[in-house]
Amino acid sequence: MAPTTFAWLILLCPLVGTLVIAFGFRRLPGRSAGWIGTLAITLAFGFSIATLIAMLGHSPMHRTFTSKLWSYDFTVSVDAQLSILVDPLSVFMVLVVSGVSMLIHLYSVSYMTADRGYSRYFAYLNYFVFSMLLLVLAGNFVVLIIGWAFVGAASYLLISFWYRRTTATSAGLKAFVINAVGDVGLVLATFILFKHTGTVDFLKTFARAPLVFPHDSTTLVIACLLLGVGAFAKSAQVPLHTWLPDAMEGPTPVSALIHAATMVTAGVYLIVRMHSLFEQAPTAADVTAIGGGLTVLIAASIALVVVDLKRVIAYSTMSQIGYMIMGASVGAYSAALFHLMTHAFFKALLFMAAGSVIGAMAGSQSLDRMSGFRRALPFTFICFLVGGLALSGMPPFSGWLSKDDIIDFLDHRGGGFVILGVLAYVAAFMTGLYTFRMIFRVFFGAPCEEAGELEHGHLAHADVPRNPATGEEEDVDIGFPGPGHYIAEREMPMKLAMSMLAILAVIGGALQIPGVDHALTAFLSPVFATSTLAHNEPSNRADWIGLAIGAAVALTAVAVAYRIWIAAPSTAPQLRERFAAVYTFLINKWYFDELIDLLIVRPALWFGRMAETVLERVVVGEGITGGAVGLVRAGSAAVRRAQSGFLRYYAGLMVVGLFGVALYFLISSS
Amino acid sequence: MAIGWYLVVSALIFCIGAAGVLTRRNPLVILLCLELMLNAANLALIAFSRMWGHEDGQVFALIVMVVAACEVTIGLGLIVAIYRRQLPIDVDELSELQG
Amino acid sequence: MTAVLFFIAAIGALGGAIGVVTLRNPFYSVLALVIHLVMLAALFLLLRAEFVAAAQVIVYAGAVMVLYVFVVAYVGDVEELAGGSALRILGPLMALALAIVLCIAMLGSGLKGIKGKGAPYVLGFGTPRNIGTLLLTKYLFPFELASILLLVAAVGAVMLARRRRGLEPDEEIERRISVPRPAYTGTMAEAAGEPGGLIAPPRGREPQTVGSAPATPYEGGW
Repeated sequence: MAPTTFAWLILLCPLVGTLVIAFGFRRLPGRSAGWIGTLAITLAFGFSIATLIAMLGHSPMHRTFTSKLWSYDFTVSVDAQLSILVDPLSVFMVLVVSGVSMLIHLYSVSYMTADRGYSRYFAYLNYFVFSMLLLVLAGNFVVLIIGWAFVGAASYLLISFWYRRTTATSAGLKAFVINAVGDVGLVLATFILFKHTGTVDFLKTFARAPLVFPHDSTTLVIACLLLGVGAFAKSAQVPLHTWLPDAMEGPTPVSALIHAATMVTAGVYLIVRMHSLFEQAPTAADVTAIGGGLTVLIAASIALVVVDLKRVIAYSTMSQIGYMIMGASVGAYSAALFHLMTHAFFKALLFMAAGSVIGAMAGSQSLDRMSGFRRALPFTFICFLVGGLALSGMPPFSGWLSKDDIIDFLDHRGGGFVILGVLAYVAAFMTGLYTFRMIFRVFFGAPCEEAGELEHGHLAHADVPRNPATGEEEDVDIGFPGPGHYIAEREMPMKLAMSMLAILAVIGGALQIPGVDHALTAFLSPVFATSTLAHNEPSNRADWIGLAIGAAVALTAVAVAYRIWIAAPSTAPQLRERFAAVYTFLINKWYFDELIDLLIVRPALWFGRMAETVLERVVVGEGITGGAVGLVRAGSAAVRRAQSGFLRYYAGLMVVGLFGVALYFLISSS
Repeated sequence: MAIGWYLVVSALIFCIGAAGVLTRRNPLVILLCLELMLNAANLALIAFSRMWGHEDGQVFALIVMVVAACEVTIGLGLIVAIYRRQLPIDVDELSELQG
Repeated sequence: MTAVLFFIAAIGALGGAIGVVTLRNPFYSVLALVIHLVMLAALFLLLRAEFVAAAQVIVYAGAVMVLYVFVVAYVGDVEELAGGSALRILGPLMALALAIVLCIAMLGSGLKGIKGKGAPYVLGFGTPRNIGTLLLTKYLFPFELASILLLVAAVGAVMLARRRRGLEPDEEIERRISVPRPAYTGTMAEAAGEPGGLIAPPRGREPQTVGSAPATPYEGGW
């Protein structure tokens, strides 16, 4: 069968899954909603593999296929069609998305068991996977925007999944609003591009753009910057990043899937897909690269001090995606995508392991309360360690090869990008530091209360269920979050999913070992055939030097972390006191929330209040409507005086009128 | 007689009726003058019907008579109601439906 | 011959009309109108409208005027007060002006039709048979509507003139309709009032530790 047929089937599976669960949830017994969802994604993954195989059956330069289901409209010559584009890039993304989603669905089946919103959860999750697949398979801007918007909606639904918590709902709203800013950027960019190229189809746009735009033209730079705004909002880059840490209010598998592996990588996908446009507008590419670089540093620095376990991992995600955005902006496309894939593996693994730890802590997420889980949660410890080593860039894990692939490319490009490369190494050091801060604090040291209980085989349960972010007491009768706490050691589906990801995190790097193989680059080369930047790759020697530096940085970071938290535990509080100002600055997340509040939220609220009191009450209420009413009243008061109430005057008026009419006709006819 | 004569008579009766409506203060008499005007119209209708040779005008005149009868009914009902409430039977006094 | 009859009937009609307008006693006005109606019936006969003339006398002069007589008798002879108002002089003047204009319009224009005596007489013109045929074929709809109109008028008259018991005193009616709703109540209260406070997300990422003793050696540290 043609690859496009399989592609349509890939899209169909999660859609059917959503609909079945959404409409049939009352009749589905027990946990079958979860299994149906998992099955749908497994089928989608199967079809992805089939698409890959079908595609490999064609010669490398003929691996771009489009397929159209139907046309939406042809007004104003907008050629919007429900079409998909199947080329190596989309197949790669589809494989990563459906593969990781499949494992996360499996994990969720047991993690969300006692939750009353179980079926709702899986309906939402399947809907999310459908939207994400639609996004990456889109063949024109319209379908891309549709997928983009759907993904944003799914993110909102899943972040505020436990909607009785005010923290969760406000986090969902925050994510949605910031995503809306990105949507605006994306739509405006589409308008600009359509206006100049006359088409919304991807392949046609990329073909026409060089003919229509001169190199580095202002219009194209603006369009690419707007695309960058969309990418930054979706991928939580500075300055549109404030929603991601708050998004940890959602259930842990949601954080794993949406805010680590798939949705936040949509921005990276966007830039890679639009690479020909970005290459023609180097200014915009430089801006996005610098934005990515800043995020890498800022996010890593905040992750060093945050106390909530999930938020450390969230900031880590932000930082790693900064790497990918840097790579995609300078031409290291296959490197960025390689890092995307490996990051999906180890970040999802880290989140899953974190979910297990949180289950053992009976819902608490604070690092201050966790310690010494090594003996109580051995499997989780190994998974966490594997994920952490991959994240830090320790050889021979996958993260080492992919992260340094990007940094080598940056260094090779030369010029100002070397600065970004150096910053990337600094952030890599910080990455190792915060990752092992987490690991050493959670798993080493004396066992905390919950760990002690677990070692005796008893899973702790909180007497009073509390909101992990604010500590306020919660009402348990609602049914969600459910009363059950699950750890990987006891649940087979969780164990299975985590093992698969751990294995992938270890061996995933084998795809692109410099000098040995470059499977990914070769596979993706048809997509970037016309690129001017992608072929300028560093030599193998340069690659290995970079890898060596990266390994050294990672080892140093682990050593320093060991010194601070294990060897001499009093170092940590001392350092905090010495650098108290820095600590405060970092723990307040560089005051970005306060800045946005000052610059945007307060003026908006002020404007709203002003609009209500002045515009609405005075101008519209009393001015326009009141004025109109007053005018009518005055007019009618004037006319009212003719209504004296005397019958004979009325009759008199009638006779006068009749006389006038008769006179008129008489005169006009003579 | 030429039809024109009848029309002149009709016009004169109409105008006498109009003068009566404007001059009198008793609502009963005003209604009577209204009847005069309606009759004048009837006369004109019949005259034209004779002029053309169709009876359509006469049918029209019959319907006008029906309308006049209804109007008289309601008007007199109103006057009876006014009388019952001890209000003066004088159109110059009954001027509250104003403004 | 017809001219003589015409003049007699015309002068009678005009006289009756003037009588209606000028007689002081309403009862006499009613009688004057009856005379006017009968003279008008004569004029109708001269115009060969037999059925209409008969209807005029039977229905109009016979039924409607009798109704009038009853009401005048009930209401009483109200002697009109001699009140001064501009309309007493202006009224007749306006009517005179109207009459002049109408007469000029009719006689001064070149209407040929009214100079003649009308169409040639067809046997059966104006008979009940012809009128009836017309009413039941061509003008069936107006005929039915006229019947409905009569029904409405009858019902209306009964409604208007019935005696009501237990009539609400005016004060009660007034009180029920004149008390305005205070401003910003009702649905606007929710719009103008506090909606229960904006949901302010809690600031700060450090969760409060529950319990006095630090749970781990890392607490308070980095």
